Order: sequence, then structure tokens, then C-alpha cells
Amino acid sequence: MLTAGQGCLILALGVCLYGIGASLYGARTGRREWVASGRRAVYALAGTAAVAFVILEAAFLRSDFSFALVTSHSSTTTPAFYRATAVWSSQEGSLLLWLLLLSLWSSLILFATRRRLREIAPYATAVLLGLGAFFAALLVFLESPFDHTAGPLPAEGVGLNPLLRHPSMMIHPPMLYSGYTLFAVPFAFAVGALVARRLNADWIRSTRPFTLGAWFFLGIGIVLGARWSYSELGWGGYWAWDPVENASLMPWLTGTAFLHSVMIQEKRGMLKVWNVSLVLATGVLAILGTFLVRSGILDSIHAFGASTLGVPFLTLIAVMIAGSIFLVASRAAELRSAHRLDSLLSREAIFLLNNLVLVLLCVAIWWGTFFPLIAEAVTGRRASIGPPWFDRFTVPLTLVLVLLSGIGPLIAWRRATAANLRRNFVAPLGVATAALAVALLLGAGSQPDALVMFVFAGFVVGGMGQELVRGVRARRVTAREPLPLAVVSLVRRNRRRYGGYTVHVGMALLFVGIAASSSFADERDVELVPGRSAEVGGYEVEYVRPTSELVAAPNGRLERIDFGAILRVSKDGSATTLRTERSFFPSSAPELGPVSRFFEGEATSEVGLDAGLREDVWMSVAPDTRRLGPRVAEGDRVFSGAAETLPARERDVLLAEALRGLVRSYTAEPPPATFRLLVSPMVTWIWLGAIVVFLGALIALWPSPRTVGRRVTAAYTARVGREARVPA
Amino acid sequence: MDLLVIGVVLLIVVALVAAPLRRPGTMVEEDAERAELEAARDAKYREIRDAELDHRTGKLSEADWRAMDRSLRAEAVEILRRLDAL
Repeated sequence: MLTAGQGCLILALGVCLYGIGASLYGARTGRREWVASGRRAVYALAGTAAVAFVILEAAFLRSDFSFALVTSHSSTTTPAFYRATAVWSSQEGSLLLWLLLLSLWSSLILFATRRRLREIAPYATAVLLGLGAFFAALLVFLESPFDHTAGPLPAEGVGLNPLLRHPSMMIHPPMLYSGYTLFAVPFAFAVGALVARRLNADWIRSTRPFTLGAWFFLGIGIVLGARWSYSELGWGGYWAWDPVENASLMPWLTGTAFLHSVMIQEKRGMLKVWNVSLVLATGVLAILGTFLVRSGILDSIHAFGASTLGVPFLTLIAVMIAGSIFLVASRAAELRSAHRLDSLLSREAIFLLNNLVLVLLCVAIWWGTFFPLIAEAVTGRRASIGPPWFDRFTVPLTLVLVLLSGIGPLIAWRRATAANLRRNFVAPLGVATAALAVALLLGAGSQPDALVMFVFAGFVVGGMGQELVRGVRARRVTAREPLPLAVVSLVRRNRRRYGGYTVHVGMALLFVGIAASSSFADERDVELVPGRSAEVGGYEVEYVRPTSELVAAPNGRLERIDFGAILRVSKDGSATTLRTERSFFPSSAPELGPVSRFFEGEATSEVGLDAGLREDVWMSVAPDTRRLGPRVAEGDRVFSGAAETLPARERDVLLAEALRGLVRSYTAEPPPATFRLLVSPMVTWIWLGAIVVFLGALIALWPSPRTVGRRVTAAYTARVGREARVPA
Repeated sequence: MDLLVIGVVLLIVVALVAAPLRRPGTMVEEDAERAELEAARDAKYREIRDAELDHRTGKLSEADWRAMDRSLRAEAVEILRRLDAL
């Protein structure tokens, strides 16, 4: 099926090019049948990309090693669960996933707007197909997933990178790519609106669910990546300001800014230049995120030159930036605001401040991410910027952001009065003061940044609680509903508002978790032998005994060797047992011996974790396998010679027995093991906060039932109609 | 088999994108100005409702809300008049 897959990609590229031409011709001549044909080209792109993806997915699931990509990224020992997702562990599979997701979202928005946005949609179609053509061309000419394996077909593949064998990694890349590709939708419609000079809020309203969806999926992807880092990488943290992490955070920040500032345009007709610039920047940053991961530039500026993808991506980004600047500059007159800011004490002003902070955060992160590359390009030497540099900028900006997320919802649009401020700020300030007192009582005074974050988060939670209570009270007065029904009705009728408030509460909880865990964690690296203990964060950790295991895949082949430890963790008379492991996956490097290849391949950590609302007790082990070295070397010598004298099957049986002996010897005469012990407060709040954030986003995203919409519309039409009969 | 797959996909693609060209003039599309006004009307209704909720939850004083509500409703009436005129 290699030819079929490649044929589908060529068809996809052809369909994109045709669709671009048809859409632009239809838009220029006003011939709607050509516009419709261009739109259908997007559906056709989705179909061809889906067929290509299914062919590749089937090859992975069948372990069809005639596909070079399957040979290099999967194996028969890779569990089926992970074989299905190994597709996007490769460069080629990732690009195909990008194309598939882009075509699906594009089809969805173009179907939804097929009878609307007549002037804008054809240009948006051309932009979306332009992006599709770019990725299809990469797949056809540079990174084909349908290359045949060179030489005779191997019996076994290289296997999936063991670090990626984690449930989060199943979902993390599709979530990130969904976010990136969904951001292409508002980008394309912004370009369409600029080209067609239809710059009212209509295109914003139509693409709003896609913008929010992009923010939602990208956010989930970021959190899943953090969770994977915490539980799989064995260093104990969840965020390292790694360029790949930063690449996904930057469009999320500008997307957050856009979701806020766009409300000002919808309500007041203001900030058109700012909004369109933000959405264009977000689209460019989404492509930049893919570029950072896929171009090789992260390793070194020189790797960029060697990469096949660097130049095409950089060209696309340059075209997007230049085109965006030209369009915004040439439409300056149409982008003039309909109103001016009434007061600096208004929700608009707070939103503007929030936008400024979010953009400053993005700029700081961009500079920190690219500085090493810029320095290398200028000086020839690689400079590095670590977490302290990022913290210096991001901590104060985040504190301001959390405070603004509490203030914004409490003050009115257009203007706030002193009486309004008094009435709305007293209760949240009371909660903030209570949070301060609790934090000081718990000893948080030693870390001023964390203390301020707790206070601001208290203010946010207090403010949102007050909003809900007042809203429910008002609802009960007017509708005479019981309390639970009033809560549901209020949220249901004002999904954007209360979905947004829920997001703010979730972010406050998340930042409390980050502040507490990064300020008050106790971490120790210790070397222990069985029976010895160490102390961390008030806990006594005893190394009870070592563990070791040969783990076979369902087909009987050896998948990995685990060396681990059982630890007893006790505090104040209560105790629990934790298990941590280091797994060694066999390498296929030909220079390694038949035994040493099982110890020299990729290794992953399974951390021991006792998670709780108050604190996490986290530990990982680095087993010292050096003591096995002489026996491994002896095994290499014996089995290298046996390759010529023994039949393969007999040799495999003996090799398995030898490995079992080696593994048993680790537990029989355990060497000292190095442990990383970490007691980190409130990490669970990060994951809970994220869940609350995504719940809020779902509330805001969920479409209003049609019946409710009609009823509301009818009620207000009647009201406004009555007003119309009254002389002014 | 490979050629059969490619052939079937190609046929479907051609049929899909060529269909509107074989039946020109059958496109049903909303009038752009009407769609725009209806969207503006719905947004104005949302603004009126938001202002009302802001008033009920104490963010807007009675006087401020009345002034804002009056101006928002006047804007909504203007949109309805323009819609009727289409």
C-alpha cells in the first residue's frame, strides 16, 4: 500500500492547488460555483489525507516492515496501544497528522459558513488550502511517510522511543497539533476579512468556537506534556522552560489575549488593529511551534542548515509575517475603532492591561527561547538561558496577570464608579486577606512571590464566588427557582460569562500549585543500600529491597529489563510503600554486543509517587548497573562466538537464560542505588486546576440549545420592538 | 490494489469538486448584509442581557444601567429597522 499512500498525498497536493485557484477565481469573478468547488476541495483534502493516514496507521498496527517508517519507529514488541500512536512519533507521521487535522477543522468551519461570510470565505479557503499545500508538498517531496525499507525486509523494527511509551504521549501530540491547526482557522478568516475589507466582528463570531477550541486543545496538550515530564522523565519537575514547551506556550498566550480583547471589538467595535494583529501573530506562532520542533534548529543553528524542513518552514513564516504586516498596514483606514476608551476604570481597560501582560510574557519567552540560537549565529558560541532567567520575567508578570483575572470580571464595561468598586471588592479582598493569614500561619512568609500569589488567587476565587452568588440570587428573584436549578439555569443562559469565570478559578488554583511546589519543595539526591534510610521533607525513606525483572512482549520477545526498588516512606507513625523502577530497552545498534545491547539502549523511569492534595512524595531510582559490567562483557564474548557455532533458536534460549541470571544477580547482591527524593507541596492542585480550566472552557464552548436561543431572541425582539414604538 | 485505491479516491475527489461546476446557479446563500445585521442584532441582545446581569450583580448602578440599557436598545432598534428595510 506504499504506492496508494503516496498517490493519496500527491492527490492531496493537487486538490490544494486546484482549490486555491478555484476559490480565488470565484472570489474575483463572483462566480459562486467556483467558490463552492474550492470549498469542496477542502473536503476532498480531508478525505485524501484521511485515506493516507489510515494506510499508514494500518501499517503500524500490522507491523508491516516494508514501510521504512514502521521499521524505524515500531517493532513487534511495541504494545498495540503504542503501535497505534507511534505514527506521530516520527517526523513524517507528525506532518501527516498536521495535514489531516488542518483539513478536518478547515472542512468543519467551511461547512458551517457555507451560506455565510460570502466575501471572506473564499479567501479564507485559499489560505487554509495554502497551508495544506505546504504540508502536502513537504510530505510528497521531502518527508514521505511512504518510503520502502531499503534492502531485505527486517524481521524486527527499531521500536518506539521508550520515553514516548506513556499514556500522556498518546494524546499529547494530537492535542498540540489540534491546537496549532485550529489556530489556522481564525488566522485564515482574519486574512480573508482583511483582503475582502469586511472587518466587522462577524468573522470573529463565526470563528470564535475554533479559537476557543484551539486554546482548549493546546492547553490540554501543554498540561499533558507537563504531566508526562513529571511522571516519566525522572527529574521531578513539570516545566523546564525547554524550547519545545515554550513553542506551545507562546501561541497559547497570544490566543488567550485574543479571546479577551476580541470581546471589546464585539461589544464596542474597538481594537480592530490589535485583534487582527493578535490573531495573525497567533497563527504565525502556531507554525513557529511546529517549525521549532521539526526543523532541528533546537539542537543547533547548524542542525537547521542540515535539516530538510528548516528552509521551507522559514520561508512560510516569512511569507506569513510579511503578508500579515502588508494587509494590516494597507487596511489601516477600515480598521479604525468605532469608539474610544470611556474610562481607565473599566473592564475594557483591564482587558487591555491583561493583553499587554500576556504579550509581554510571550515576548520574554520568545527571547529566552531564541537567544541561544541568536547568540550562536552572531558569536559562534552557544549561550544557554536557564529557568532562573525565565523566572525573573515570568513570575512578576504572572502575578499581575492573576490579579487582573480577578479584577476584570468585577468591574463594569465602559466605566466603573467608586461605589461600584466598594460594593464589588470588599468580599474578594476579605477572602484575599484570609488567604494571607492562612499562608502566613502555614509559614509561607519566607517566600514573598508565593505569598503574593496565594493572596491574589484568594482574591480571584473570592471574586468569582461572589459573582456566582449574586447571579444565582438575581436568578432566584426573577425566576423563582430552587437553588440548584437557579445555578444550572444561570450558567446555562450565560455560558461565556460563567465558563470564563470557571477558567479564572482554575488558573488561580493552578498557579497556587505552581507557586507552592516551586517555592517549598524539599529535594535530595542520596545513595542508599538496602536497609538504609534518608530523610526528606519530614519523611523517613527506607530502601527496603531491590527489584529486577525481564519483561517480555506478548509475542514472547524481550521488551525490556527493569531494575527498581521498594521503599518504605513513613511520617508521624503512618507508613506507605512505594516502588520505583528504571527500565532498559534493548538497542539495535550493531556495534553493541549480544548481551550489552540489553543494557545500553534507551532507559526510562517509572517514578514512585504518593500524590495528595497537601503534598506529593515523589522518588526515582538510578540503579548502579556497573557491577554487572564484567559479567555483561563476558556474555558478549561468549555469545558473539556462539553466533557461528549454535543454531539461532538454541542461542536465543541460552541468551535468555544468561540475562535471567544477570537480572537475578542484581537482587541477590544489590549494589548501592542513587535515589532522587522529593516532597513537593500542592502539585496536585496544578492538575486539578487544569481540569477546572478545561471544564470552564467546555462550558464556554458548549453551544446554546437552539430553543433557548430562539426564546431569548424572541423575548428581546419583542422588548426592543415595544421600545421602538415609544417616541424618543 | 494500490492503483485501485488511487483510482477510487481520484474518482470521488473529481466528482466532489466538479459537482458545483456542473450545476451552476444552484448555490443557496444568505444575503451577506442580512447575515451581518442578524449577527449584529444577536450581539446587541447579548450586550443588553449582559448589562442587565451586571446591574443585578451590582456592577452597574441603577442610573448607569438605565442609561446604558437605553442606548443599547436604541442601537438594537436601529439594527431591526435596517433589517426590516432589506
